[in-house]
Amino acid sequence: MASTNTEVGIDDHSADVFPPFQTETYPSQLLWLALTFGLFYYLMAKVALPRISSILEVRSDRIEQDIEEANRLQRESDEAQAAYEYDLAEARNNAQVIAQRARDEAKAEADTKRGAEEARLNEMLEKADADIAATKAAAMEDVGAIAEETTQALVNSLLDGKITKAQVSKAVSKAGAGA
Amino acid sequence: MASNPIDQFKISKILDLQVGSFDFSFTNSALFMVVTVATTAAFLILTTSGRGLIPGKLQSLSEILYEFVANMLRDAAGAEGMKFFPLVFSLFTFILVANLFGMFPYFFTFTSHIVVTAALAFLVIGTVIVYGFYKNGIGFLKLFVPDGVPVALLPIVGLIEVISFLSRPISLSVRLFANMLAGHITLKVFAGFVTSLSSLGFLGIVGAALPLAFTVALTGLEFLVAFLQAYVFAILTCMYINDAIHPSH
Repeated sequence: MASTNTEVGIDDHSADVFPPFQTETYPSQLLWLALTFGLFYYLMAKVALPRISSILEVRSDRIEQDIEEANRLQRESDEAQAAYEYDLAEARNNAQVIAQRARDEAKAEADTKRGAEEARLNEMLEKADADIAATKAAAMEDVGAIAEETTQALVNSLLDGKITKAQVSKAVSKAGAGA
Repeated sequence: MASNPIDQFKISKILDLQVGSFDFSFTNSALFMVVTVATTAAFLILTTSGRGLIPGKLQSLSEILYEFVANMLRDAAGAEGMKFFPLVFSLFTFILVANLFGMFPYFFTFTSHIVVTAALAFLVIGTVIVYGFYKNGIGFLKLFVPDGVPVALLPIVGLIEVISFLSRPISLSVRLFANMLAGHITLKVFAGFVTSLSSLGFLGIVGAALPLAFTVALTGLEFLVAFLQAYVFAILTCMYINDAIHPSH
């Protein structure tokens, strides 16, 4: 294999040794490992990792803030919702009160109107009754006078007698009372 | 043609650099370390440069990576473990991207070298030991003395605990190294079967269908392994860090 290998081995006599065990390559590997890994560690510790850490921190702060803000808005909207519902209930209550009052007023008005009308009607009824009674009384008086005249005429013609008007009137009222 | 499955792990110099008796040459391994670091860092930094409140697709990817590792560490080591977040995050992304780059044909996989994985493992264990003693003082040694163990058994249990602690860097490094190495060798071997069989004529081409199917399936598996090994390395790091923070268990 050494003959076909055009690359320069570290040492010709060591070319047959298993490469990881060629100790003469160790100083070079260790030096370059120390340099490269040291630089890498420095870059990570001083630049890359603080930067990523700050990115993640800023983001988690921002998310926390946003969640807080969202909670605040949620609270506000809950409060607005509650206020709205309270207003709605109150308005509904008021509406009921107003309606009740309107109903009561309408009823009271109707009651007074009906009372007045009834009173007027009663008055008219009473007046009519009184008229009837007066008419009846007048009629009854006329009946008495007619009876007296009729009786006087009858008696005069039948008995050809002399009967006074006073006697007839007395008899008629007696008969009327007896009847 | 590099038909030998081991050749892909060969370190080759790109830029010669000798300091004293040490060879610090810039090699293909170093090149891919640079590429890995450059692409990963550039991706993470550029995609987040907009600092978008609402992330785009790429910024999302960076954030997901961040949160994935952050959750892993927080779950394993608690809030106090977060001071090691840059370390765990760097280890995870570095190994993950290196492993994934290794899946490209002709790309070098530097995590398939034991010295690299061992160095990373000792970095982890070293951090655990230093921080453990710094934070808990001598109380860190309680790590080796589990609660509720009879006094008579304590020396044996303590010894076992010490051995298990010492084997951590070994298992941590060998697991990653061996997985990457074995996966790449297996892929190469099966892919090699395809080329060598199909050179045998018609029947060989028909027969090559099987290793080809295997190669495709293994490629999928290797992508999983590439992620899984980075994840395992990172999660074990988290657990060891937890030991350093809370040694009494």
